[in-house]
Amino acid sequence: MRSGLTFFAGLILLAAGQLALAQNGSLGLPKTVEAGAAFSIHTTGSGKGVLYIVGPGQILRRDVQLGETLSFAPGDMHNAGHYLVVLTGGSSTENGAFDVTAVHQATTLSFIAKPSRLPVDLHDGISGVVYVFDTFHNLVLQPTPVSFQLSGVAGAPQTRTVTSKNGVAWTKLDSASKEGAAQFEARAGNVTDKRIIQQVPGDPCKLKMDVRPDGQQLQLETEPVRDCSGNAVPDGTIVTFTEIYDGGQSTVDVPLKRDIAKTEMPAHKGATISVATGVVMGNEIRWGKE
Amino acid sequence: MTGRILAFIVTLVTVALIVVGTVWPFQSALVTAGVDSGADMLRPSSSPQAAVENLATQIGRRDWEKAYSSLADKNEFEETDFVRDLAGSYPSLRSHASLDSFDVRPQHASADDAQVKLNLRWSTVVGTFLDTRMLRVVKTGDRWSVVWPLVKEPHVPPQVIAVNYLRWDVIYRGAEDDWGAQDVESPHVRIVDMHPVDRGGGVVIMGELLNEDVVPAFVNVKATLLAKDGSALATEDSFDKISHVLLPRQVTPFLIEFHNVALSQVDSVHMQPSSTLVAASADPVVEIEDQHLNPGSQASLSGKLLNQSGQVVNVAHVLGTFYDNTGQLIWVSDGYAERALLPGTPETFAMSVPPDIASKVKTERAVTTTYSSNRFQ
Repeated sequence: MRSGLTFFAGLILLAAGQLALAQNGSLGLPKTVEAGAAFSIHTTGSGKGVLYIVGPGQILRRDVQLGETLSFAPGDMHNAGHYLVVLTGGSSTENGAFDVTAVHQATTLSFIAKPSRLPVDLHDGISGVVYVFDTFHNLVLQPTPVSFQLSGVAGAPQTRTVTSKNGVAWTKLDSASKEGAAQFEARAGNVTDKRIIQQVPGDPCKLKMDVRPDGQQLQLETEPVRDCSGNAVPDGTIVTFTEIYDGGQSTVDVPLKRDIAKTEMPAHKGATISVATGVVMGNEIRWGKE
Repeated sequence: MTGRILAFIVTLVTVALIVVGTVWPFQSALVTAGVDSGADMLRPSSSPQAAVENLATQIGRRDWEKAYSSLADKNEFEETDFVRDLAGSYPSLRSHASLDSFDVRPQHASADDAQVKLNLRWSTVVGTFLDTRMLRVVKTGDRWSVVWPLVKEPHVPPQVIAVNYLRWDVIYRGAEDDWGAQDVESPHVRIVDMHPVDRGGGVVIMGELLNEDVVPAFVNVKATLLAKDGSALATEDSFDKISHVLLPRQVTPFLIEFHNVALSQVDSVHMQPSSTLVAASADPVVEIEDQHLNPGSQASLSGKLLNQSGQVVNVAHVLGTFYDNTGQLIWVSDGYAERALLPGTPETFAMSVPPDIASKVKTERAVTTTYSSNRFQ
């Protein structure tokens, strides 16, 4: 008997709450708002209330006079995303939601260019990825044309235009045949970002050395070391000289200096002297006669 | 009851051993234990063997003054020469070594002259090395004294050696840089050879790594053995069996050991070479000359290191790569030069090679990594 009475009282209270909410009316919310733009929310009903707007990284609280229109200044809402609106007035609460979208015009680009250093003459060796952001660092999901340009030290620049998808645009380009620093530029509207791609010589080609006697020693010297496109292999590259003679061997790793590597090794009659760099073999010389 | 008797016997034997060890201590053990109670623990030099043992004990204690004063030929050189002979003139493995143990082997003796072989086993951070000296011991009165065969460290005359080799410095991306900002690219390295073998109750993976970039790299190689079901059996890295700093186009061998894993358990191997761009110098250049493979039961690769630059190299690490007659990589070994490499001064090195491997070796290749106290390379 007692529990039946409690259930009945609960039903009465719920009905009263619904009635109060109906008297306060509904929220007039925009469907979408562009980030940073001014907007307004219309309220109905009477009395005082508090409006809460909760979104990604941002919460706003405003005291409102129910029945009036609440205005928000430009820049009040700048993070793109889904926002929840809660209006409390008296004993009632009203909910709503709207979306804040990124500004359609790109203002910032996050440009990732990889690799920052690669050998010359590599097909599709360079990749560029651009993330398009608006002035408030919101990802611009609206398709945006992005142009990529790679201009090297020689030859015509390579250009590609790609339309961004879900805020991202990417492309692949070839490295030039001539070594040097290339400018890799991405442009969306009037916004540009630039990266430097270092194009370095490839594997050495036609490694060749000469030998000349110098007392008990042999002077070993390579010709200028170049890759197959004619680029000078950078200084510091290791060139290995190996001398194999009767029952023994001598080895020395010499760094290139001004395009050539040179060293001294003991003179052994009948010795075979070879030169290599990395996995590239050069010529072989047989010194003297046994 | 049996347990009590056993405990009593163990206690009795332990006490007896402690008494024996205290009353008649083993000379070599004293050195290892770092006993520094002075000459009271030394035997009188009444025999060639006792004289050499006393000298070795004093060397082990680094009691250079007493060791030097006990020598028969001390008038022929200074104490500093004696110290330099044993500890080196420049910081090196030898100067930071401690005497682990020694043994004395009399060769022949007459009434007042004897020949004794002294093996000094020095302990260093990279392992032990053996220093063998053939000593002449002479009798003066009733005492025997050692004639020390001094190995004089070469002296490099004052001079200026112009060095203009390349040096690479690196500026990395800063914390304040934007998320998309470019960083310096890691060097591109590649494994050009890899060969797993079943050996000594475990698996050994050896290979060669090439720096195919134009910048220096700090490299390491990690390997994971995978079973047939894809699970990882073990993961190891090359630790010190690799030349960690690779200049452009330089090749290093590497060796990774897995203990207690049979090759038959392994379905595949996952290799992970890693590289980091580091500041480095192309100097010093070290020539490895007179490399000889010495076959036999204690096979080794020996040779001489010649520092062609003007900088003193404190520690030189030599890695040897061994190939069979088909050009297949069959072993990787390493060794260290005990003494610092002075400019233009040859210094010997040796590395052991398993005898069964040595008999198959057709060609070998050696590379060095050097460490200087004022610079890392």
